Formats: sequence, C-alpha cells, structure tokens
Amino acid sequence: MNVRSQIAMVFHLDKCIGCHTCSIACKNVWTDRKGAEYMWWNNVETKPGTGFPTAWEDQEKYNGGWELHNGELRLKSTSKTKTVLNIFHHPNMPTMDDYYEPWTYDYQNLFNAPEGPDQPTAVPISTVTGELINIKAGPNWDDDLGGSKIYAANDPNLDGLTAEQQNQLSAVERLVFFYFPRICNHCLNPACVAACPSGAIYKRGEDGIVLIDQNRCRGWRACVPACPYKKVYFNWHTGKSEKCILCYPRLETGQAPACFHSCVGRIRYLGVLLYDASKIEEVGKMPADELIEAQREMILDPHDPEVIAAARANGVHDSVIESAQMSPVYKFVKVWKIALPPHIEYRTLPMLFYVPPMAPVMSERHNGPVRNIGENDNLFHEIDEARVPMKFLANLFGGGHEAKVRYALRKQKAVRWYRRSLTVGDVTKELADRILAEAGSTREEAEAIYRLTSLCTFDERFVIPPMHREEAIEMMEDPLEHKQNVGFGFLTGPKRGL
Amino acid sequence: MDNLATYFDSFFFIALPYVAFFTFFLVTIERYRRRKFTYSSLSSQFLENKQHFWGLVPFHYGIITVITGHIVAFLVPREILWWNSKPLRLYILEASALIFAILAVVGLGAAMIRRLNTSKVRTVTSRMDWVILGLLMLQLLTGIEVAVRYPWGSSWFATSAAPYLWSLAGLNPDISYISAMPFSVKLHIINAYFLILLFPFSRLVHILVVPNPYLWRKRQVVRWYRKPRNA
Repeated sequence: MNVRSQIAMVFHLDKCIGCHTCSIACKNVWTDRKGAEYMWWNNVETKPGTGFPTAWEDQEKYNGGWELHNGELRLKSTSKTKTVLNIFHHPNMPTMDDYYEPWTYDYQNLFNAPEGPDQPTAVPISTVTGELINIKAGPNWDDDLGGSKIYAANDPNLDGLTAEQQNQLSAVERLVFFYFPRICNHCLNPACVAACPSGAIYKRGEDGIVLIDQNRCRGWRACVPACPYKKVYFNWHTGKSEKCILCYPRLETGQAPACFHSCVGRIRYLGVLLYDASKIEEVGKMPADELIEAQREMILDPHDPEVIAAARANGVHDSVIESAQMSPVYKFVKVWKIALPPHIEYRTLPMLFYVPPMAPVMSERHNGPVRNIGENDNLFHEIDEARVPMKFLANLFGGGHEAKVRYALRKQKAVRWYRRSLTVGDVTKELADRILAEAGSTREEAEAIYRLTSLCTFDERFVIPPMHREEAIEMMEDPLEHKQNVGFGFLTGPKRGL
Repeated sequence: MDNLATYFDSFFFIALPYVAFFTFFLVTIERYRRRKFTYSSLSSQFLENKQHFWGLVPFHYGIITVITGHIVAFLVPREILWWNSKPLRLYILEASALIFAILAVVGLGAAMIRRLNTSKVRTVTSRMDWVILGLLMLQLLTGIEVAVRYPWGSSWFATSAAPYLWSLAGLNPDISYISAMPFSVKLHIINAYFLILLFPFSRLVHILVVPNPYLWRKRQVVRWYRKPRNA
C-alpha cells in the first residue's frame, strides 16, 4: 500500500443554477492576461450541449485520454514514437476556432469617431489581431440552449439514446437541460502529464494538484489533445500551456479556491481523499463497467488504523489524515456512493466527482398530471422515467453503464421521500423507510446526506488540510504584482521567447 | 586588391566564426539559466492548423536531414570519400541531399507565406523571426545553388570544407582551403556563421531543448515538496 493524499472535489449538480459566477471568479483571478483571454479554467456548460471547446467529448476528433490496447494502457493521441514523428505538427491539436476568438470592444471609437450622421458604436475587435471581428462563437455560446438542433443535438453523450429518448430531451415545452460546471479534474492517472514531452507537467506528491512548470514547458502542445476533458489550454502569446491550478496559493493559506468560494448555489465540496497509489495502473486497466467501483476501491478509509499507519509511514501528516476523516468528498464518493466521476471511460481517474442531477422532479413523460401519493405514485418520478434519460446520464457519469448512476439517483430520491415524510407528512414513515431500504440507505444516512446537501456550512463544504507548505508562501507576497501580468509563479514578466 | 581579399577572408572565416561560436555558447547558457521561460518552440499551430502542416513538416524533415549530412561529413570526411568512390553511391547521396534541401525550401516558403497571410499568426511573429526566416531561406538557396553548380559537393566538402572547419576547431585556422572558393560557397559559409551568431537571440533555441528525455522517462511525473519515506 502506497498511501497518498489527494485534494478531491464534488460538484452537486442538482444545486447548480448555471450562474457562471465560478467562471468569472476564476477569470478575474487567473486568466485576464494576454494569450489567456480565451481560457476558461472553470466553465459551466449546458447539457445536453456541445460544451467548451466545441464537442470536447468527441474523442474521435480530439483523441483524448487513455485506451486499452492488448491489455496495456496507452494514450490515444500520442506515444513515444508518435511524439518524435508529430513534434512539428500535432494532428489532433485543437485550434482557436474550436474555442473562440477572444474579443473586446473599440470603446475609443465612442470618443474619437468623426462627426457623422450616425451614433458611433463600440465595435468588437479581436484581442488577438486587433482587427474588427465578426463574433461567431463564445465560451458559453450554447448556454441554456438545451433542445437546440445546432448545439444540444450534437452532444456526444446522445450516443446510444433511442430516437424517442432524444425527442424527449428536445421536445418543445418539455425539453430538459442541466448545468455541468467543469474544472481540471486533477486526475490520478493524468493523460496530460503522461503526454508532456518536456516533463513539465507534474502532480504534486502531497496534495495531487496537477501543475505545469512554466519554465520547463516548451510548447510541444501534446498535453492539449491528450487531456480528454480539454482542460489544458495553450497560451498563444507566451507559447506555453496553462491549466487550472486549483488555486493552490489560496489552498496553501487555508482558503477555498476562487470558484468554490464564490459558488452561489453552494454546489461545491472539497476535501482530502487518501488513496493507494500503487493501484493506479491496475485500476486504469479495468474493464469499462468496473472502473467506477475499482476507483472507489482504491480510495482508502481514513479511519482504518492500517491505512493511518501506512499513510504516516508514507509521510502524510497527521493533520492531513484528520482532515481526510472529515472530508465531505469521502462521504459523497465512498460512503454514500452518490457522487460519480465524469467520463471514467477516459481512464484518467478524475478526482472531481459529480452528484448526478434529479431535476426536474416531476415526471411529465406520460403527459398526465402528477398522481396521488400512494404505493406506486409518481410524485418523485421513477428514476428510469425521468425526463433526462438514464442513458444520457450514464454516458456522462457512468462510463456508459447505468447501474451506478441509477443507484446514486435512487438514493437521492429516497432522501427526498424521507424528508417529505418528516416535513410534509403526506408520506408515511413506513413507506419512506421502505424506499430508503430499496435504495440501500437508512434514516441516519438520509439525514446526513440531507444535512450535507442542504444545510452545509462553509467549513463543512471545504475541509482544507493544512498543507504545510509554509516556505512556499513567498510566491504570494504581493498578489497584486501578478495581476494582469504573470498570472502566477514567478515575478519576471512572461516575456514571449524571441 | 589582393590585400583586401585577404582581410575579407580573415574577417569572415577566422574572426566571425569565433565570435559566432563564443556568443552562441555564452548567450544560450546565460539565457537558459536566467530566462528559462523564453525557451519554447513558440508554436503557432493553435492559431492556424492547415497550412501549418504543409510548411512545418517538410521544412523540419528537410533541414534536419541536410544539417545531419553536413555534420556527418564534418566528422567522418574519409568515410564520405570512400562512399563516393563508387559513382552510383555518389549519385544516391547527392540526389537525396538535394531532394531534402528542396523539401526544406518548399516547407520554409510555405511557412513564410503562412506567416504573411494569416493575420493571427502575423501577430505572434517578431522582427527576429523574419530575420531568421530570411537567413534560413538564403542559406537553403545558396546551398542548392552550390550543389547544382559545383558538383560534387559531398566530395569536396570532405577535402576542403571539413579540413577548414577542423582547423577552426583546433584553434589553428587555415583558410587556404577555402580562400579560392566561388562566391556562393563563401556566402553559404558566412551566412551559416550569422545564423549561429543570432541563434541564442532567436527562437532557434528550441532546437536545444528537444524533448529527448521523454523517450526514457516514466509516464507519470510526481514532484514532492518533501520526499516521502518510501515512495
């Protein structure tokens, strides 16, 4: 057993209202620099939808992630030989057109325009070339466009859905969509790290944050196609790749990352997981339908004395172990099993988990009114008759397999029955207990899920371990000195190489 | 007049190469140590993807082969002469060298047109980029001219240019090997020194950081702030 600690995350999708506050917080702190304008280390997508960059889940196009080949794990986009052959031109490299060309407005024109018959306008100009630009795409271009024939209909997760199910997702006045906020997953088996020819991308041993050493990155750009989540971005100005840093300077000083801190819906949870690093490759090679369970298996119980001893032997600080014992992520992922990794079939073992969305609660599928409460009532719809087809959620959070998603949703549904039996009283306790039992849950667990979902305080959502990186603090001596300048890291300007 | 020619030769074939190589080593090392961030391929593939392939791929494969040929001929001139002792082998060597040189010229031309015509790529193109592109084009064109007009370059490189370069390397420069060379040969040599001189001040430094360690490193990279006891 090789116990390591990892800062892991849970996003509760039922609570996300799609306000993009997280994206703005991140943008203002980290990516308001030349070359980084188009980057959204945190973005919020509408699902079904094509996302950002366009159709990032289409691995036919981008070749992201790992695949099993004769029992061996290998990167889809690159290999040692391919790195040599493709060093001059990467065949799977997305271009700016797959994201969008960033723009600003020519505000000076409002003041400087010569006198004429028309009001001057602030015309859009490209922040890359400075030329006039005809805006054709943006970071949230398909925001709230569930049901759209142009965007939602091209969601790669619609694969394998029947025509009826697809119609169900897009029918007029019944279409349904939900929000899918995304940041770097800080994977256990990161494809970007494995693809980097320069060895510039690394995982921090103590907390598992994946970072790019800006001094070692040479812009070979292999990481961009390799990351199946498209969460590594190429800075076109500096010629270096950049990605979400999980606000490590904030974490090191005990603050939640900017996107977590600012989350209006309080959907975000952050905490430590202890895991067995010796199992990474083994788990990555599991058959697709066993991946979720295998990943859960490698996450260790922080209360187990054996695990604690192994963690200590490996240099994990006692305070970090304590923090792992209080981790909300551990509860959601391992104890309650209601948080699932996105696209586990990419085999990077992401450390950001999602509680799949139940909303809308009322099933409208049968066209009829909500029936009375009873044994077979429809107040909280049968999970398999939800307006979001199970198969769609399974493609996103189950690696294409429905069982784990169904389990997570049934348990969430049971919690609602249980709470209704307490607060409204039109559901008998016996019925609530039966539904809980069917979902593999208990009153105590339901109460705990309810509390951490609905009544959670700041400190319950973010259990940030003391990171014992006190010496690293000089990096942030004067954060304002970095503003609109180097972004992070060192204090000399990010001057583009000659 | 003769005197002037001697001064000319001494300056460009003795002084210039030493200045160029001295600057090359001094500045690349200084730049690597003090401004590591500036070492990058400065790829513009993200901004333009299609013409990128048709320019960059032929250029790189062409130029790498041609430069490798020069280095091999410098290192083992006798073996080159032995190889060229059979006409067929000579023709194969000369023809393939020419093909790769033409590949490089076509690629470089395509890359220059791309830089001119794509407004996004133009914004990330510096003045030094144009200087380097121009010098490289001049170098390739003079090289091809020499190869076509003065056959067989691979043989006389071994008998004249290689000894001259070795004399430079031995700090005992002897320009008698090349003082009688035609103008285009001299231009090719001088231009090469200018490329070496400007190398550390340009994006050419990316050649020094080709990612060879990737071929033998482990897949995953983990950095520890404090080393664990048994990891």
